[in-house]
Order: sequence, then C-alpha cells, then structure tokens
Amino acid sequence: MKTKFSLGLTIQYGFAIFFMLLFSLPLLFMISSSFKDPQTIFADVKSWRAFFPVGDVSFDQYLGVFDRLPLGLFLFNSIFISAVVVVLGLFVNSLAGFAIARLKFKGQNFILVALIATLVIPFETIAMPLLVLVNSLPMISFENGSLEFSTGWLNTYLVQIAPFIAWGFSIFLFVQYFKTIPKELDEAALIDGASFFTIYWRIIVPLAGPAFATSAILSFLAIWNAYLWPVMVVQTEALRTVQVGLDYFWASTSEEGTQWGEIMAYSTLITVPIIIVFVIFQRSFVASVASSGVKG
Amino acid sequence: MASLNQLNRKLLGRSLKSRSARAGFLFVFPAVSMMLLFLVTPVILAFSLGFTNAKFASPNEPKFIGIENFTEMLSLGQVTVEADPNDENVAYDNLRVFTKPSNNSPYAGMQILSESYSADGTKADFTVAGDALFWKSLLNTLVFAAVIAPLQGGLALVLALLINSKIRGKVFFRTVYFIPVVTSMVVVSILWIFFYQKDGLANVILDAVIPGFEPVSFLTSPELAMPAIIFMSAWQAVGFHMIIWLAGLQTIPGELYEAAKVDGANFWQQFRAVTWPGLRTTFVFILIIISIQAMGVFTQINVMTQGGPLDSTTTFVFHIFREGFRKNDIGYSSALAIVFFVIVVTISVIQRRLTRDKD
Repeated sequence: MKTKFSLGLTIQYGFAIFFMLLFSLPLLFMISSSFKDPQTIFADVKSWRAFFPVGDVSFDQYLGVFDRLPLGLFLFNSIFISAVVVVLGLFVNSLAGFAIARLKFKGQNFILVALIATLVIPFETIAMPLLVLVNSLPMISFENGSLEFSTGWLNTYLVQIAPFIAWGFSIFLFVQYFKTIPKELDEAALIDGASFFTIYWRIIVPLAGPAFATSAILSFLAIWNAYLWPVMVVQTEALRTVQVGLDYFWASTSEEGTQWGEIMAYSTLITVPIIIVFVIFQRSFVASVASSGVKG
Repeated sequence: MASLNQLNRKLLGRSLKSRSARAGFLFVFPAVSMMLLFLVTPVILAFSLGFTNAKFASPNEPKFIGIENFTEMLSLGQVTVEADPNDENVAYDNLRVFTKPSNNSPYAGMQILSESYSADGTKADFTVAGDALFWKSLLNTLVFAAVIAPLQGGLALVLALLINSKIRGKVFFRTVYFIPVVTSMVVVSILWIFFYQKDGLANVILDAVIPGFEPVSFLTSPELAMPAIIFMSAWQAVGFHMIIWLAGLQTIPGELYEAAKVDGANFWQQFRAVTWPGLRTTFVFILIIISIQAMGVFTQINVMTQGGPLDSTTTFVFHIFREGFRKNDIGYSSALAIVFFVIVVTISVIQRRLTRDKD
C-alpha cells in the first residue's frame, strides 16, 4: 500500500475528528457528570475533566435517582408501551404496505397519497383535539371479576398505545421496500395456490428484514422518547414513562438547587441503553432509512 | 383446446382480480381505520372546533361563533397617540383608551405588536393586533425554518461527503454523527440548558476561542435564545439527513467521477459538475422534510424557554399548544391549527413547484 502524504486527506480527517468531538462530547459530558455531585460538575466544566469520569466519582447520583422516583416501574411502563406499539405496528403497517405495494384494489393510489399527506401534520397540532376525542371514547375495564363500562381513556395504557400503532411513515417505508422485491415471486406462489396472506407471511416478510428493522427502530424511538402525550393523558404515577420522569428533577429545582448530577444520571439511564441497541442494529437501519429517502 | 385454455385463463384472471381486491381491502383496513380514528378525526375535529368557543372540560356546550376566532387572530390596527418624551407611561395610557376591552373602539382588547416614536417623542405609533403572539410566533417559526433548513441541510451534506470520501473508519464516524438523533429531544434540551448557562460549557469554549469574551446566559437573552436553540436543534437532527444525503451520493455512478478525474477536474469542479446534479431528488426531499419538521418545532421550546424571554422563542406550534392545553381554549387553539395546516401545505406546494425539474 502506498503511504503518501495528502493534504486533502489530512483536511478530511481533521473535519471528521472535529465533528466527532462536536457530536460525542456533549453525551460524554452527560455520562461523566452522572458520577459527580453538582459542585464537582461545575468545578470540572473548565477543563478536560468535564468529559471523563475522573476525580471524586461515585454512584451517589444514581442512588439519588432511585430515591426520587420508582425507576423500575417507569422503565417497565416505557418498555411495555413501546414493545406493544412496535409489535402491533409492524404487523398492521407492513400488511397495509403489502396491499398497497403488491395488490390491486380500488382506491389504493388515493390511500397512498393520503398517507403521504398525513406526514406533514405535526402531532402537537392535533394533540388537543385527540385529547378531546379519547376523553369521550368508551372504555371497558376488568375490575373485581366483572366488566366495567365507562367513558374516557385518560390514565390508561391503552391511551398511550392505540393512537400510535398505525403510522403513515412506517407504511410508506414498507411500500417503498416491498416494491423492490421481484413480482415473479408472488406469481409463482399464486400458481401454486397460495393465498395472499401466505405470500405476505411466507415470502415478503422474510425478505424485508431491513424495512422491519427500520420501522421498528423509528417507532420505538418515537414512543420511547415521547413526552408531550404522556404528560397530557396520564396523571397517575403508576402509568408514567421514563421521559415524564425527568419532571421529577425539574420540580425540585427551587429549594435545593438543580440536582444536575441526578439529572445526568437519570438521562444516562434512559439514553445509553437506546444508544447501545442502535449501535448493534445500525447497519440494517442506516441501509433502509437511506433507501426510503431517495426514492421518496 | 386453445379456446378452452384461453377461457380458463380468463376465469382465473378474473377471480384473481376479485380476490386481490378483497385481500387488498382487508389488509389495509386495520391501519386505515386506526388512522381515520386517531388522525383524521382529530383533524376534522380541529376544523370544526375552530369555529366554536369550545373550552376543555367546561360545563358549557361549545357555541358556533363563525369566523370570530379567525378575525381575532388576524386583526391588525394602527393607532397614533400623544406621547410625553419624559414619561413613557403617557403613551401607554393614551393607547389604553382605544384598547380597553370594554369600550366600543375598533381596537378594543387588542395587544401591542410594535411601537415607534416620533423624533421629538411627542407622538407614538402603535401597531396593535388581536393576537400579537400569533404574528410573533409566526415570524419566529419562519425565521427558525429559514435558518435551520440551509444550516442543517448543508451541514448534513458536508458530513455525508466526509463519510463518502476515502477516509478510514467510516462506520465509526457515521455512527457517532448519528447518535444525537436517537437521543430524546427532552434529554438533549436539558443537557443544553446546562451548556447554555452563564457558567456552562458553551461559555467556557467561547472564552477559550475568543479572547476577552464576556460570558452570557444564552437562554435568558432575547437576542441569543433563538440562535442557541437553532444550533442545538441542528446538532440533534443533522445525522438523520446525513444518512439521506449519503444514500443519494451512493446512487451516483463511479464512472462519472473517473471521467471527471481524467478531465483533470478539481474537487470543487467535480462537485459542481457531477455530485450536485446527481443529488437533485435528494435535495428536494431533504428541503421538504427539514422545512416541515422545522415548522413544527415544539419540544425544545417547551423544555428550554417556554417561549421566552420576551416571547422571542414562542413558535407557532408552541402557541397552539399553550392556548389549548394551558388556557383550555380549544376553539381558538383549533383555529390556530387550521391556519398552521394551511401554511405548511402552502410551503410544501411552493417548494415542490420551485424545485420541479424542467424536464
């Protein structure tokens, strides 16, 4: 291999490393500070120590987090809600995507155009009307061995799950991906007498791994990171998610000063697992986000 | 024999068609019905509530009030009053005669949008509006979108070009650049509240780079709060658009670059002649998604500034949210949402027109 000094390449590395620092240092700061008390955090800000867990480090901030809120409960809620939305969403959205991409029926083009149009609606603009709507929907619950009928979905898991299962972006992603799979596969299966659901389940789903991975990751991120909706619809602590938990640290700012160490510890606890999962799955994820984008 | 075969195929084709139609309807039904309930119904609800005085959890039935919400939102007026250069309260007192909610003036209940004084200070010009925050938040949002679209789109392209170059460790760099995207906006906002404090990281770095720099508290300064939030927002989201640029770059055939090299093109010439033309569809796609996302900016405002200081970071969606959720004024909030839909759709259509290929 030729080793030749190249000015262009050196500049490229310079930029690449500069941006690496720009994007990673804030998160290194978060993780490092989670092991320090607020005084140490402020003392370290002026030096490289801010980005490394060195000096007077301990797990005290994490213990403080456990004292302040029921972390296990919030984690369970977030994992449960995200998992249900992702699993049901993958099924419902990919099935719709399959129909639009590979079947022929009346109104399919209209549905696709309408789906794309829904993507321009920011959730916050319909949050209020949606709240009005879910507040008036019928609810069936199971209490003391009998079915209870009531009105309003507030303070339930259901209200945090149901509105987010069907998702236009996910369907669009599946449509784009399914279109790249050769049509001959369907035709061959039809001649063998397969039903359309069999084609979907046995042929298309196994071939669309990256689309499923991307849709799963994106919807998981959206639900895991959701903040506004959980705050609006849930008042009972037992149903709160991890993002809402951040409020516990803000509320306490006035008397004792902002507990930056605990905030960093809690932020680390709810962020780092997601980053690890992303790093594991990033290859198929990046490939599929990319493919959806260009053709769109 | 031949005709029987044909008939057979025809019959099979027909039944296949109807089977396909039935399956198609069945397969889209769950997703479409859920979207009708949880997305289309709220939009329709917004469109109808916008013409009422509905309040959330109020015992009174909502009343149809026509376009009153919209006339209040859009009304503007110009009032000139006597002022006193030595006592600024005089001008405000004189203005209040017109804007007092209970009187019969056409400016009753209106708020100050802007003010200017004559050279000798004896006359004051007020622009008043039915909802001053509507105009301010609209302007703030347009500024946010107009700045962040080129900033974020351009930075994303630079990152994509770096990843697409000959450097080693591409996967590593790409992963690092993308990590902020998977971090929640609430966490990112809180982290950057810390950085933007007077004794925070941003001031430490600026102090090291610029000699004699005076530390500032970014988020409490009406001039700096918005730029600070723009920078942070670009930092958080740029990795996503980098990936999309990258995909566009990878569709450009390598032979074109080789041909350019043979012709002795330098980096810049190569970029203009080969790279940029090849990225046209990607460019349109990125421009539209960044603009739509930017118009909907909300979370970071809600966490970092609550629209302040002096309304300098109140964005349109934050205004909608505050009217609806904080003040329970669903009717007015829905009217704002309708205007918002119209603006976003208009912007998307204009962008698509302007960037449409000549062919």
